[in-house]
Amino acid sequence: MVKFFSMLLLCSVLYLAGCQPDADDAAQKTTQTSRTLYYFTWSDYVGPGLLADFEREAGVKVVVDTFSSNEELLGKLQSGATGYDVAVPSDYMVSIMAQQGLLAELDLAKIPNVDLLEEQLQRLPFDPDYRHSIPYLWGTVGIGYDSDVVQTPPDSWSVLWDPQYKGKISMLNDQREVFAVALRSMGKSLNSRDPATIESAKAKLLSQKPLVRLYTSELYDQLLVSGEVVLAHGWGGPVARAMAERPSIKYVVPKEGGTIWADCLVVLKSSRNKDLAMQFVNYLLDREVAARTTERLLFASSNREARALVPAHVLENPAIYPPDSVIDRMEWITDVGEAIKLYDRAWTELKLG
Amino acid sequence: MPDWLLAPTLLWMGVFFFAPLFLMLIISFASRGTYGGIEWTLSFANYRALADTLYLQIYFRSLVFATITTALCLLLGFPLAYHIARAPARWQGVWLILVMIPFWTNFLVRTYAWIFILRTEGLLNTVVMGLGLRQDPIEILYTDAAVLIGLVYGYLPFMVLPLYAAIERLDVSVVEAAWDLYASGWSVFWRVVLPLVKPGVIAGCLLVFIPSLGAFITPDLLGGARSMMVGNLIQHEYLVIRDWPFGSAVAFVLMGMVMLGVVGYLKLSGRKM
Repeated sequence: MVKFFSMLLLCSVLYLAGCQPDADDAAQKTTQTSRTLYYFTWSDYVGPGLLADFEREAGVKVVVDTFSSNEELLGKLQSGATGYDVAVPSDYMVSIMAQQGLLAELDLAKIPNVDLLEEQLQRLPFDPDYRHSIPYLWGTVGIGYDSDVVQTPPDSWSVLWDPQYKGKISMLNDQREVFAVALRSMGKSLNSRDPATIESAKAKLLSQKPLVRLYTSELYDQLLVSGEVVLAHGWGGPVARAMAERPSIKYVVPKEGGTIWADCLVVLKSSRNKDLAMQFVNYLLDREVAARTTERLLFASSNREARALVPAHVLENPAIYPPDSVIDRMEWITDVGEAIKLYDRAWTELKLG
Repeated sequence: MPDWLLAPTLLWMGVFFFAPLFLMLIISFASRGTYGGIEWTLSFANYRALADTLYLQIYFRSLVFATITTALCLLLGFPLAYHIARAPARWQGVWLILVMIPFWTNFLVRTYAWIFILRTEGLLNTVVMGLGLRQDPIEILYTDAAVLIGLVYGYLPFMVLPLYAAIERLDVSVVEAAWDLYASGWSVFWRVVLPLVKPGVIAGCLLVFIPSLGAFITPDLLGGARSMMVGNLIQHEYLVIRDWPFGSAVAFVLMGMVMLGVVGYLKLSGRKM
């Protein structure tokens, strides 16, 4: 019997050892000194050498910690994680974080680069006066496709309902983005709160599901390159990366329009180095720093002067810098309040169907 | 044995396990604030919402997956454990290490490895088509079959180790006696071996069944997130919707199901807790 229980114990230990999700949880936050800046950002979201340059310039140490979704960012801050100075939430999350009182007021005198924002990123509805946030990197959601297989260039979301491509389509694993596709192709706002509209969007997505190979927000660039899927609903940046590896891959924002997004720099209320944090925000928004970031990450920078410094192939790639004609038909995702419950339920039903 | 030896563990479990669990229980009666906070108006609303066929279907799906996984692990694990336990002593160590080696790598990494094996241009299809067994690739990745493969792979060692422990203690002379008394192969297994190794079977089944019921990485990565298991629902409620109260209720119903299931299972198999 002893052996039985020790075996049971052994197994439990092994099990625990096998599944610990993220061990490095910025554990040393309490040992923060006044000359260390804690930057909380998306994984693989920092240009090469930029942090080292800032460290040298400002005589500080920068510690980076990463999150993989806006909700994870909010969750960590809500559950009491402090010590971070600068973070990078997306548009709709800025308003949620501001309402939760997590963000410090920005002192724009310390961030002169705010004057160089791209025109379409100025005075955005979620923070028109830059009280808490300044747009940093931005882009669109569209369709990445392999032009060797999809030979007529698609111009409508309806291509994702074309039975010809059954099993060769991937969709983002993100309920708001997936519903945005259905809602826009029905001619509705992607922030609709009307139960009947959301219900018919769900029906539309259920009819698409047999054609969908998988829902993923991470793997679609690799899947496009390997040919596993030929049509991928996704953000421009990863599609641009896929293009570099497989030139037949193209990107289109359908004529019905879709999501435009911006990840924004914010200073957290709990930051103990607000001046340094704002200096860092200004540094990231600098035209040269921004251009280097864009060239490496293949996401467009918010600094309009950076356009002059990025290589032509980046500037002319519609997956990175959307043309003006595209921007006009895009819509920001905004918080839908209690209607999120309707989306939640519809999403769960979609996954069951 | 003095009782105070229990104190450190009790303190640890009390502070880091029972207290959070109790908090979760209370939260499961609260409701979600508009921006994802918790509103302390206590009610049964979350549990009532769970009685919906939508969520019952998800629980049922997970039960089916966990049951099939357990059965497959038992089917694969028993012969393996038997072989290891009957091997010469120095080989036993080697075999056991081989069973445990996968644990030296993170579960997520191992699941990604399965993507490379199962995908259209992956190892499986290269071999199958290279040998001319099939003309078209097997489209198995992002299906329920891939989820089952991943679950069985992930939890097989939890079946093998307790089975090995039980079979290793099995008295060979009893089995030989059964043969001597002209029992058929089937009845040696069914009436002699199995009753003696039953504790190992029970432990193995529980260790496989419980975690596979709550699995969420495997359905997401190998199933292509096309369908949900309870684990995915809990993750979704907590991390995406930020409805902690409802997520807690989902988790507690799952825990209740597991507890009832375990007690029932132990009762049925005639074992005292």
